[in-house]
Amino acid sequence: MTGRLGRFLVGLPPYLWLALFFLAPFAIVLKISLSQPDAGIPPYLPLWDAAAEAGRQWRGTFDNYARLAEDGLYLAAYLNSIRIAGIATLACLLIGYPAAYAIARAPTAWRNSLLLLVALPFWTSFLIRVYAWIGILKTEGLLNALLLWLGVIAEPLQILQTDLAVIIGMTYSYLPFMVLPLYATLEKMDLSLLEAAADLGCRPFKAFLAVTLPLSMPGIIAGSLLVFIPAVGEFVIPDLLGGTDTLMIGKILWSEFFDNRDWPVASAVAVAMLVLLVAPIMIVQNARAGAEDKAGGKGRR
Amino acid sequence: MILYVLLAFAYAFLYIPIVVMMVFSFNASKLVTVWGGFSTKWYAELLTNEKVLDAAWLSLKVAVVSATIATVLGTLAAVVLVRFRRFHGRTLFAGMVTAPLVMPEVIVGLALLLLFVAMEQAIGWPAGRSMTTIVVAHGTFSLSFVTVVVRSRLDRMDASLEEAAMDLGARPLRVFLSITLPLIAPALLAGWLLAFTLSIDDVVISSFVSGPGASPLPIVIFSKVRLGISPDINALATIVVALVGVAMAIAGRVALGRR
Repeated sequence: MTGRLGRFLVGLPPYLWLALFFLAPFAIVLKISLSQPDAGIPPYLPLWDAAAEAGRQWRGTFDNYARLAEDGLYLAAYLNSIRIAGIATLACLLIGYPAAYAIARAPTAWRNSLLLLVALPFWTSFLIRVYAWIGILKTEGLLNALLLWLGVIAEPLQILQTDLAVIIGMTYSYLPFMVLPLYATLEKMDLSLLEAAADLGCRPFKAFLAVTLPLSMPGIIAGSLLVFIPAVGEFVIPDLLGGTDTLMIGKILWSEFFDNRDWPVASAVAVAMLVLLVAPIMIVQNARAGAEDKAGGKGRR
Repeated sequence: MILYVLLAFAYAFLYIPIVVMMVFSFNASKLVTVWGGFSTKWYAELLTNEKVLDAAWLSLKVAVVSATIATVLGTLAAVVLVRFRRFHGRTLFAGMVTAPLVMPEVIVGLALLLLFVAMEQAIGWPAGRSMTTIVVAHGTFSLSFVTVVVRSRLDRMDASLEEAAMDLGARPLRVFLSITLPLIAPALLAGWLLAFTLSIDDVVISSFVSGPGASPLPIVIFSKVRLGISPDINALATIVVALVGVAMAIAGRVALGRR
């Protein structure tokens, strides 16, 4: 059972599983995005009308996509998702970079424990960590109580149910994803390069900008992608921490499906997200992986 | 020096919300932001709440089964991607394995639900939304994460051990079982734990594929949390955090002990 048959048998189960439960669903999403909505169960009409007199008749429509283009809500939600996820990614970088740097330069014996402390929250429930912020951010919450007590503000601030709360929640939830890849690149860095820079009269801050920062670029890119990608399509954080006017594309898809029961439009939103969001990310990822494979292959020879 | 201040700030940011929540789970007052004395009544209330206990049990079952499916299939996928360099449909296969990693959860959930509805119409399976549909959905999206973990281990593995076994006449299946599998076992365990965590924590995909009869714990928590914070959720969260902390401590001990 060597050779072809063996390989075939090894590859078959995951191939079939993914084709059935990952690929086929998207074909169905595409199909339903072209269907007309209907009041029945399921709430859409078949693409082909079998009962028509002149045989089967095409009943598909592009109306759902037309609605996405015409109604400014969808475009606004798409742009706002990118904006919020972008700000959260930047905030993660600003908090995560010094933390990763400090861990990478800490005594070797401490590093694993310090790193574990960063990763630990990731292993506890995501939902619970988002929930924890509600008690802190709400108008009569702890942050406002603290600020009032300190005399920084005279009246409680409305933070919960704003875009700011969503950004805080995202930064908090995804911070470990930024720190871990940053640490990996910073830890591998050759410190003699910094010594060389210092010997040549370079001040520490300038050496950081000229040596450390460029060398840690792969970590910055990897961490930013790990934060940005899930943040853009996020539903739970904007739903719990954002307000009714916090437009995010994941939330729009959810409410089209669950609140409006409009399966065709929800499907059209999903297809649009795939084309405008996931496809570019996958292309960038593939380009990066390809470049790294090449660089790695050369390095190994 | 300033570096360590910034590091301390990052840890404070990560841990203060969790600590605050844990402290308030012992609050006697029903007002979640006013301290009304120490009490464990929310824990007692929680442990007699049938709905929460049923949901927790369902979540545990789903997580164990789906993590096991994901580990088996994800490991096979990793072997295919690392060892079989050229075959028909490799690009499609690699795409299907990596796509769930960057796919927004709302899309995965919607797509799987629409598949289940279409399949039920066509062949009568799966009948309605049940534990089965949740297991299939979780197994599918966590498969990719297992593949990433196992794949990086296979990539770094010394291929000469396998070659030596084959030179000595061992058949491929035998080589895999007695050489490859023991060597990648830590990655399998790590992948299984990751899949387990992803499953037991999932809200969005479960919301699409679960039905009224089968609500896992995160769905129960989520529907309560949407109405505002409540002290019994604080207690539940504290239990979850404590369990994870203990599990991590044991895992850390085991890992350090081996070294």
